[in-house]
Amino acid sequence: MSIVMSATTTDRWDEFMEGVWRQNPLFVMVLGLCPALAVTVSAINALSMGLATAFVLTCSALLVSLLRRMIPKEVRIATYIVIIATFVTVVDYLIQAISLALYDALGAFIQLIVVNCMILGRAEAHASKNPPGIAVINALGMSAGFAIGLFALGAVREILGAGTLFGISLFGSGFQPWVVMVLPPGGFFVLGMWLLVFAAWGRWRQRRQARQAEATRHA
Amino acid sequence: MSCGMNNTQTLPQMTPAVAMIRTLGLIAALCGVIIVAAYQGTYDAVQENKRIAVERAVFKVVPAAKSIVEYFALADGKLEKVGAGETAQSGAIKFYAGYDKDGRLVGIAAEGAAKGYADTVRILFAWEPATQQVPGFGVVSSRETPGIGDKIVLDKNFLANFPLEARLRADGQALAHEIQTVKHGSKANPWEIDAIAGATITSRAVGKAINDAAQILLPRIRPHLDTLKEKP
Repeated sequence: MSIVMSATTTDRWDEFMEGVWRQNPLFVMVLGLCPALAVTVSAINALSMGLATAFVLTCSALLVSLLRRMIPKEVRIATYIVIIATFVTVVDYLIQAISLALYDALGAFIQLIVVNCMILGRAEAHASKNPPGIAVINALGMSAGFAIGLFALGAVREILGAGTLFGISLFGSGFQPWVVMVLPPGGFFVLGMWLLVFAAWGRWRQRRQARQAEATRHA
Repeated sequence: MSCGMNNTQTLPQMTPAVAMIRTLGLIAALCGVIIVAAYQGTYDAVQENKRIAVERAVFKVVPAAKSIVEYFALADGKLEKVGAGETAQSGAIKFYAGYDKDGRLVGIAAEGAAKGYADTVRILFAWEPATQQVPGFGVVSSRETPGIGDKIVLDKNFLANFPLEARLRADGQALAHEIQTVKHGSKANPWEIDAIAGATITSRAVGKAINDAAQILLPRIRPHLDTLKEKP
């Protein structure tokens, strides 16, 4: 019994980690770049965008998964878009209710969550083929991966471009902000840098695995 | 012939149109319910947030105010108090009258807009009827370059332009002196704005926004200053 339990827990953990790590939407699949480059001028904006996307992704994955046997395949894309658009509208109202300043900062990119290909991709490739529990876990993992990615961009851009993190000054008044980092080109610079880090890390891991395989063969 | 065979083979797999319409209709109805619920659930909080945002912006430019009343200055010269959720008629300009704790008028705030470097710069500026000056302004929305165009609310020399003279002509139909933004370091009169070096276009937008709005709004308000003086 306990073996079965632990096996399913591992599976769930695996399902969750797929989005966070192996299939990270931003750094591995390079999806959702439009919000990733546009709203990550500060850590708080990036994190809010990550949470908003997480809400839409998780809710629509749940609904798509619940209705998966009911949706005829001919109209599935239309259905997914309607469901995603619904939750985007909901999150739009929620953000307005929480903070208008945040709503202004995120601007049109809240409504644009509807065209985030990551969400439609998850609905089509995962939620429509899996039971609700697994679909939600996978969606949560993807959301976490996306939010981590956005935060990684936003934090670096805010630290370099404004000398602050979450609005708290880090370097004192002597710091000359590297303004280009909070401008659109800065988004590309920082994203490129992170992709480089991930690629280097991936290669390092590959080499280590090859070395280990070599070692076992010799043994 | 083979075409006909294909048809008979694919037909059983096709979903009947009725089922598609039923599913789409059902899902659309479900989504409609979710959206209405979200709208109703957040309506009060959103309205409250908007009111607080307006109040905060007005209190920032009219610091002596403790309460505000919203008015429309109509095109025919009449004033009208703004009811909850009311939208402006054509030609009407919204402004905010700020009152101190004793209910005396301390300042008027209104929005102005002008083309900046990246996009329209929208500002909220204050006007003091007693001194006929613009004591200051705040930014409502701006997409100006961070670090350059956003200096308009940070640069000490630029903020030293305020209070800015905005005196009405004797006949009350226009400003006595048009508010103008001049090149950095060449301000000679109290109605001129000394531009920020390197952010001239944004500085100019501030001057133009205040001037354009004041030229229309202040002549409309002037005949009513006596009634505005006390909080209604």
